[in-house]
Amino acid sequence: MLPSSTSDKVFRSTLFVLGGSYVLLVVLLLVADLAYSSWGQLAELLGKPEIVHAIWLTLGTCTAAAVLSMLVAVPLGFVLARYRFRLKWLVDALVEIPVVLPPLVVGLSLLILFHLPVNGVKLEDWLRSNLGWSVTYAVPAVVLAQFAVAGAFAVRTMRVTFDQIHPRAELVALTLGCSQAQAFWRVALPQAWRGMIAAFTIAWARSLGEFGPILVFAGATRMRTEVLSTTVFLELSVGNLESAVAVSLLMVAVALVVLLVLRGLGVERRA
Amino acid sequence: MIELKNISIVSGSFALRDVSLSLQHGEYVALMGRTGQGKTTILEAIAGLRMVTSGDILMDGRNVTRLAPAERGVGYVPQDLALFPTMTVRENVGFALKVRGVAKAERDARVHDVAEWLGISRLLDRRVTMLSGGEAQRTALGRALSFKPKVLLLDEPFSALDDETRQEMHALMVSVRTHTGVTVLHVTHNRAEATALADRVIQLEAGAIQ
Repeated sequence: MLPSSTSDKVFRSTLFVLGGSYVLLVVLLLVADLAYSSWGQLAELLGKPEIVHAIWLTLGTCTAAAVLSMLVAVPLGFVLARYRFRLKWLVDALVEIPVVLPPLVVGLSLLILFHLPVNGVKLEDWLRSNLGWSVTYAVPAVVLAQFAVAGAFAVRTMRVTFDQIHPRAELVALTLGCSQAQAFWRVALPQAWRGMIAAFTIAWARSLGEFGPILVFAGATRMRTEVLSTTVFLELSVGNLESAVAVSLLMVAVALVVLLVLRGLGVERRA
Repeated sequence: MIELKNISIVSGSFALRDVSLSLQHGEYVALMGRTGQGKTTILEAIAGLRMVTSGDILMDGRNVTRLAPAERGVGYVPQDLALFPTMTVRENVGFALKVRGVAKAERDARVHDVAEWLGISRLLDRRVTMLSGGEAQRTALGRALSFKPKVLLLDEPFSALDDETRQEMHALMVSVRTHTGVTVLHVTHNRAEATALADRVIQLEAGAIQ
């Protein structure tokens, strides 16, 4: 700690009080949930096959959506950070749309996209008849609904990551014999590792919290498309507040475990 | 030999027009000039990192104006060195050889040789983020020289060093020349450095070589 004057102490205290008030709010929310629920209820929940199914589906779809998000976020983030091209401003604005749109609208738009006839053919029907894939009201719809929103957050994170990496090292790599692809893989990407962990984490966390688009595009059918966020809604809709709170706590636990593991990976890599 | 024939580079409001310059085999040329005159731009054009608007760049009589940087075989040390921060000194120095698919044994031997005469042998397994200014300079030089380029481009690499380390680097550059016979184009603001190291000092003024 540095030697400090009275005004320094006031400044530091103000930072702690203002910042701490938000941390306090989060803690109070969790404490309230914990006080309302009991271990017995949690244990009972974990004994229900539909809840166990929802937990596994949540873990699977969130991971799939986060992986898909990274598949687009890394190249798009790099393109937006490194290249200048016509209509870049438009691309910049378009990738922000899922961030600012109400999630419900994203779900509605997905539903319309898959069921809008183009030359008399709907995308949903085409996928089913040609590839045997059912999307709407099925598991792929859950992943797509999560990906549509989470992808935007991942792109934003990767763009900032590449913006913060000076391109000079990649240019030097070119003079040392690299193609642009080699410079990307060998020099840019290893430097972006922490940003990639952050982007994956954000995409995963956003997917876990996604509710509106899943409800509209995938529905909330038990043992089929029900994920933990929709379980909360289903339990609430039948007046089962205790179960809804218990599932919420379960989500907090799942999120904490995954986020801590990912953070641990990032720290390990940094060391 | 490097030859720049009536090179023009226009980028936004910046313009460099009709620059001609030639360097003989093994010659050490210092390029001086005020900030913003385009010295770095000339180096980047030779390295293939900047598109020229018109004119030609020849190396040993071969027109390399439209060649990708990787095809030019030019060693480049930028002002900020731009070492690869996720790699060790060994990986930085051996980078160009690895990209060229040189076998590990041969690569290790070459890295060892380069490290030996640059005085960085004991640092080979250190991360480049843990190097002092002089050590980082040596590593950047080693990386640029590892693949035995015929031309070495230096963009004010010693400007941030203290006097003592700079003197050490000057002595090292003399040794590099003797060792490799490489042709050097060295951008510097330091007149003493230019006259101490270079066979010829040229001045870039108002977008033209004096």
